[in-house]
Amino acid sequence: MSVTPSQTVGPFFAIELPYADGPYVVAEGTEGAVWLRGRVVDGAGEPIPDAMVESWQADPKEAGFRGFGRSGTDSEGRWAILTLKPGPVPGPEGATQAPHLDLAVFARGLLNHVVTRLYFGDEAGANAADPVLSGLDEDARATLIAEPTGDGYEHDIHLQGPDETVFFAV
Amino acid sequence: MSDTVRRPSDLVVPAFRPADEGAHPPLDYDDYRSTRLRAPSRPFVPLPQMLTEVTAPVFGSDRVKEGDADLTRQHSGEPLGERIIVYGRVLEDGGRPVPHTLIEVWQANSAGRYRHAGDQHPAPLDPNFSGGGRCLTDSEGRFRFITIKPGAYPWGNHHNAWRPAHIHFSVFGRAFVQRLVTQMYFPGDPLFFQDPIYNSVRDEAARRRMICRFDLDKTVPEWALAFQWDIVLRGNGATPMEDE
Repeated sequence: MSVTPSQTVGPFFAIELPYADGPYVVAEGTEGAVWLRGRVVDGAGEPIPDAMVESWQADPKEAGFRGFGRSGTDSEGRWAILTLKPGPVPGPEGATQAPHLDLAVFARGLLNHVVTRLYFGDEAGANAADPVLSGLDEDARATLIAEPTGDGYEHDIHLQGPDETVFFAV
Repeated sequence: MSDTVRRPSDLVVPAFRPADEGAHPPLDYDDYRSTRLRAPSRPFVPLPQMLTEVTAPVFGSDRVKEGDADLTRQHSGEPLGERIIVYGRVLEDGGRPVPHTLIEVWQANSAGRYRHAGDQHPAPLDPNFSGGGRCLTDSEGRFRFITIKPGAYPWGNHHNAWRPAHIHFSVFGRAFVQRLVTQMYFPGDPLFFQDPIYNSVRDEAARRRMICRFDLDKTVPEWALAFQWDIVLRGNGATPMEDE
């Protein structure tokens, strides 16, 4: 049996995919909740207003909570997901992975979704020891690290161009 | 290949087969113009499958209500068009069904118009059709939608470009690496040859797997045509008999 091919999400997915609770992995007011926000940008540096970001992560203490978030981008290419910062996660060969989320990015013009990660800029120690980040050069690593802001983190995703985000084959 | 990856911590995660590059379209498919500024240009970095990659969200009544799989009952009247049943199963490539997984669908109306501000095709909107639906597969991976057959519509990709009739499908599976968004097409569509999205899948057999099958047996007399379509996600090597 062979797999069904991927096709683009197209320009009209907002008919179905974004839903009111999608961006809220946790409810507003939850202790420790942080906003992850950023833009999705194309190869010309223009924001993409018809993209969608999905997040998937472990919980803060590895205790069963698994957080899924989904946010379409707005007219300025911005997405936003409210969640709890995950804890460290077991990695290959006994290593420990730094706190991170997996992100899947969908858009018109993407024939398959692309997968990236979001790491946290205030976890320098854990990031330095992370087995995935360690395999990347400095410029590439920087594309995966979100910058702390007042109420969370800011993280742009560049699909193409000089600042192209690192995407993963999973 | 091995069924699982065992690590010193005794944490065992299922190892899903790598993505089938021959089945999926390349991201940089120039005939589809919107790929030009959006397809990443650098090679993907291999990511070991760890806990985050081999788990997936579980949805329930928070996302799916009774009746959400019937797109013809969302308004006071019935939508115009050919009423159809679209049914099938979500399976892994080893044949294992994927139970209780979320499927989301969206589509144009019978005139080929989406209920979306960005759709400027001068075809009528249908006040009785929104075009979105969802369901969870049952314990054997089965799903069944009731809707109307979507119309073809023009788009600006190239001169006289028309999309073949299709329904968009979004499927989660049981692992992040199984996530799939695709489009289901209808048999015998005369527009396939000129559609760069359909043809972005380079392998002909793989393209055909996106086309549903007309099913007279499941067609309900005096009521609706039935189309059958299975969605196949990559699985792992595990067989149900084995348990380490």
